[in-house]
Amino acid sequence: MIELLIKVSYFAAAVLFILGLKRMSSPITARGGIVWAGVGMVLATLITFLTPDMGNYLLMTVAIALGGGVAWWTGKRVAMTDMPQMIALYNGMGGGAAAAIACVELLHQAGKPVMNTEVHILAVIGALIGTIAFSGSLIAFAKLQGWMRGVIRFGGQQFFNLGVFVLTVGIGVMIASSGDYSSTMLIAFFVLALVFGVLMTVPIGGADMPVVISLYNALTGLAVGFEGFVLGNPAMMIAGTVVGAAGTLLTQLMARAMNRPITNVLFSNFGGGGSGDGGEVTGSMKAIEAQDVAVMMAFADKVVIVPGYGMAVAQAQHKIWELGQILQNRGVTVKFAIHPVAGRMPGHMNVLLAEAGVPYDIIFDLDEINSEFATSDVSLVIGANDVVNPQARTNPESPIFGMPILDVDKSRNVVVIKRGQGKGFSGIENALFFEDNTRMLYGDGQKMAAELIAQVKELG
Amino acid sequence: MNEIVQQVTDVSAIGGFVALYIFMLAAFTGYEIIAKVPVILHTPLMSGSNFVHGIVLVGAMVAMGNAHNTLELVIGFIGVFLAAGNAVGGYVVTERMLEMFKSSKKPTDGEAGK
Repeated sequence: MIELLIKVSYFAAAVLFILGLKRMSSPITARGGIVWAGVGMVLATLITFLTPDMGNYLLMTVAIALGGGVAWWTGKRVAMTDMPQMIALYNGMGGGAAAAIACVELLHQAGKPVMNTEVHILAVIGALIGTIAFSGSLIAFAKLQGWMRGVIRFGGQQFFNLGVFVLTVGIGVMIASSGDYSSTMLIAFFVLALVFGVLMTVPIGGADMPVVISLYNALTGLAVGFEGFVLGNPAMMIAGTVVGAAGTLLTQLMARAMNRPITNVLFSNFGGGGSGDGGEVTGSMKAIEAQDVAVMMAFADKVVIVPGYGMAVAQAQHKIWELGQILQNRGVTVKFAIHPVAGRMPGHMNVLLAEAGVPYDIIFDLDEINSEFATSDVSLVIGANDVVNPQARTNPESPIFGMPILDVDKSRNVVVIKRGQGKGFSGIENALFFEDNTRMLYGDGQKMAAELIAQVKELG
Repeated sequence: MNEIVQQVTDVSAIGGFVALYIFMLAAFTGYEIIAKVPVILHTPLMSGSNFVHGIVLVGAMVAMGNAHNTLELVIGFIGVFLAAGNAVGGYVVTERMLEMFKSSKKPTDGEAGK
């Protein structure tokens, strides 16, 4: 009877997950979607306590309370700008959990004849993928959080990584092919997989992190799905596989938006200096004062604001929207232009602008806005860099050549709010800053926005 | 040992090929669900799918519940801890992001009305 109840509950949970994800794919029903999925999760978790022949309930409850408590506390406190690394962190935890399940199962079977080869193989594959997703996600988290700066590269790195991977898979095959393995071999397998996850992630630059996080999200899904097959748990099988497939597609969509094939992201040296710098940018950057920018915008017909992640870091989105409203009240047409990879992930910037209260009907994506730059009087670039670099169009040497960009340089005047003269996140020189129609407004995003507001107000 | 026998029979009850069908259908479902998603929802959706694989908690609980010795118990404990973090953290951040999408509707309407 209880067995049937458990089976029905897992089935219901799987249905709720799929319906929830489906609802999350439309803005109108999205909020309800996560609640549906949440109900499924609570149901599945509670019913699992009824599983026959289990023990350790007290410790189990403690573990759930601890893990859930820490995640709840951090999740409620994290700023919207830091969402991507939190997703990376929680995703890594999921991958680690899948690896832990595999580890316990494999420990059970160590030194015993293999009873079911497929199950054994799936356990090993799930363990490998989950462990890589675990350590890789933690490195991605550390990078986005700023705990780990720059990229780590050394000669023959890819061969070294390949060697580690082959060794890991080799031990995995030995474990999977016979029951005759020791705990030492298991430990070596997991340690090598952990190391590989780290090695795979450290050479990847910050700009590519969203694609990497999305990839690890898909990998964790797959690992969970495989462990679901191992445990014979349909809820895990379905939810894990669905996420694995959806995550893979999402990774492709993101990589396409950046015009960077996934293999490039993983195996090339993006922003690593060297020859790909295309450093022959000539001319000089021309500074401008806030007062002059205010005049320029206040008497413009159309102003396009191009926000990037730097704006969010400076927490300037509220001030920028205030500025936008003041300009609107003066009769200026104000539009926001969002690059697909503005922020740290596709859609991240929309979330940040929504937080500041910017209405959707004046936010435009790349395809909609690019033809409009030619007719705009002022383009205000704040905290964006690579996504407005005309070298992506003009310089085949540039590492970002071919990436779709916002054609900001085509507008009559460009004003770039920037903290200093340094290079951006990816370390590529931006030709836009040296254009004749570009002026640089140096300073902190939020301070400069406040300054602009004050100056425009003074114009009456 | 008993549990493993039981788990293994569970899987054979589903059957290798039936499991393959489940895998195939679930993969197509995942692909279809996300194919029509507007870019603005990519981040919340990634977060949402991150939450959904938090179902790993169920498996971690079973693994911990069947632990035979201290080592397995410790690893199981870590697994449950991590899985609970995945599920709860994934829910909280997704919910926070989507909540904002809802509240931003009102200023949108107000602005459009001007």
